[in-house]
Amino acid sequence: MIRVGAAAEAPPFDQLARVALSNEQTRRNVRHATDVIRAKRDAAVAELPDWERLRDAAHAIKEHVVSHLDEYLEQFEERCAAAGGVVHWARDADDANQIIVDIIRSHDGREVIKVKTMTSDETRLNVALEAAGIAPYETDLADLIIQLGDDRPSHIVVPALHRNRMEVRALFAEKMQLPGLGSEPGDLTAAARDFLREKFLRVPIGFSGANFAVAETGSVCVVESEGNGRMCLTLPRVLITLVGIEKVIPTFADLEVFLQLLPRSATGERMNPYNSIWTGVSALDGPGEFHVVLLDNGRTRVIADADARDTLDCIRCGACLNACPVYRQTGGHAYGSIYSGPIGAILTPQLQAMEHSRSLPYASSLCGACYEVCPVKIDIPAILVHLRNRLVESGNAPVGERVAMKAAAFAFGSATRFEAGQKLARIAQRPFEEDGWLPRLPGPLAGWSLSRDLPAVPAESFRDWWARRETAPTKPEGSP
Amino acid sequence: MIAARTQILDAIRRGLGARAVDREKEYRAVTREYVQDGLLDRDQRVELFVQRIQHYDGGVHRCGRGAVAETIAGALSARVKRKLLVPEGFPAEWLPPGFEFVAETNLSYSALDGSDGVITTCTVAIATTGTIILCHGPGEGRRAATLIPDYHLCLVDAQSIVETVPEGVRRIAALKPRLVTTISGPSATADIEMTRIKGVHGPRTLEVVVVS
Repeated sequence: MIRVGAAAEAPPFDQLARVALSNEQTRRNVRHATDVIRAKRDAAVAELPDWERLRDAAHAIKEHVVSHLDEYLEQFEERCAAAGGVVHWARDADDANQIIVDIIRSHDGREVIKVKTMTSDETRLNVALEAAGIAPYETDLADLIIQLGDDRPSHIVVPALHRNRMEVRALFAEKMQLPGLGSEPGDLTAAARDFLREKFLRVPIGFSGANFAVAETGSVCVVESEGNGRMCLTLPRVLITLVGIEKVIPTFADLEVFLQLLPRSATGERMNPYNSIWTGVSALDGPGEFHVVLLDNGRTRVIADADARDTLDCIRCGACLNACPVYRQTGGHAYGSIYSGPIGAILTPQLQAMEHSRSLPYASSLCGACYEVCPVKIDIPAILVHLRNRLVESGNAPVGERVAMKAAAFAFGSATRFEAGQKLARIAQRPFEEDGWLPRLPGPLAGWSLSRDLPAVPAESFRDWWARRETAPTKPEGSP
Repeated sequence: MIAARTQILDAIRRGLGARAVDREKEYRAVTREYVQDGLLDRDQRVELFVQRIQHYDGGVHRCGRGAVAETIAGALSARVKRKLLVPEGFPAEWLPPGFEFVAETNLSYSALDGSDGVITTCTVAIATTGTIILCHGPGEGRRAATLIPDYHLCLVDAQSIVETVPEGVRRIAALKPRLVTTISGPSATADIEMTRIKGVHGPRTLEVVVVS
């Protein structure tokens, strides 16, 4: 069965968003965290004069890979196997979980140490492991917070960003039995180090995801900060790595592009503390047995839609979440999926059947901030509109949205009508405007705007400004 | 299992439909207009590398080729480190007297955990990002040896410092290593309120000695 976490059972976005918006503490936490990451990301990006050219190269590489994905997967499989890795193929979440459980059982494993991986959240691997009597230990600090708190990730890169230090302190004090624990981030980090160290040195089976799989060499690359990744990849006797089929890149040298874009976009660092790259198995260094599980789980369904295929270019940096005015208001849980924010709004409904998450393509004001920051230049707004069209055409769009889409289609149908509509909107919105943001929309769109702060239509459109500029006198003021 | 492989590959081919036949030609045609080669001279590269490491809260020592042993001695004494792991292939003449150096030959994890730290060389360093790169050959040790100890002192030959990430990645790619670890500062996390905390599971202290 194709599965994206528990998204199939999740209520629609507008319902969840209403709940999220009522939690002031969570909103403050999300706002603070995204403000900090955005500022760091912007500074790190501004340092590179060739940022746009890196984005162009990354986009071109990813587009090329997807259009030859079958060939690159076969090449990766061959090179990885030649280096001593065992390659498995999984059609969906259940396939993948079964393969992983079987490998662990073949070693009589009862425990596994895990590196942060969204892909295993996608397949709900931990649920499958526990059902099989195997204890999964999350080792990334944020994932540990999520696991101990029986919580759900709310961000792709910083899954526990909706929790503040006091909440984490209370959780660790209870679960690690440390009544005297302090609440400084340094105290909490030290507690996690002590809690996990014994497991790193003892548990014989490790599990990871992958950021990149190199077809040319059969190598796998994991990007991380804490060193928990290195621990899980290096110390166990057996290593299992779950890789979405879209993670393959052609050559080792292509890392020169992605290892510049990913850390600066994800955490605003020039480079993250650790990257591990390994190839099959190596004598006397690291696990003696290495398995790769290549996962489809709806990805081939995305490939089949040429207008939305770029969704698979995503390198999971989370920059679009931090930049999105909707995500910054609602946080990640409103999306009902482990993949939240703008990328989640296009990825989740494509991976699993559209009707399960048909509200998600509407969880956006189409402001374009996500596209501006995307390091691989995925045109998320265009894909959102495309998915809305798919929903409308298949008769699956929510009723109010169908009306909205018809209005939008009418407006976009002609430039003159679009401009007239913009002017009308500017006039009509005046009584509702607060500081340039629209907290509520009137009439049939009221429910829609409850969960979004739309940027107000600017007082003067670009076209108005341009027209005025052209007709204005060109001489400097005061000259004869 | 074979059925899954066939189904996935077939679904990709069906989904893609007609496309360019010559994959390698198409790959070579990818436009790469980003900065590839650096512009700084050697002294400027070293200076930038040092600044970047310091920005990560990494310690930096600098010395000439003739003063390596005494520089290492100074670094270890300042941190009160007595018992250090040394991988095979590390230049013996660089090891100062007065310390206990343990040859790292497949020691148990608890033995690695029981040391005060590890001293290694590296293959390449990147100035722009303050990155050292280990390929885990002679002098660099196996991965566990630079991971479990809480202190890592890395010797960086000034000649091995490149300026840009593409220069560094290409130097490594040419060596075709099976294992690569890139290290940019001590282990860190910002998972709680985006407050950067230095030192999680990897070595909590990283120092480099730049040898010119």
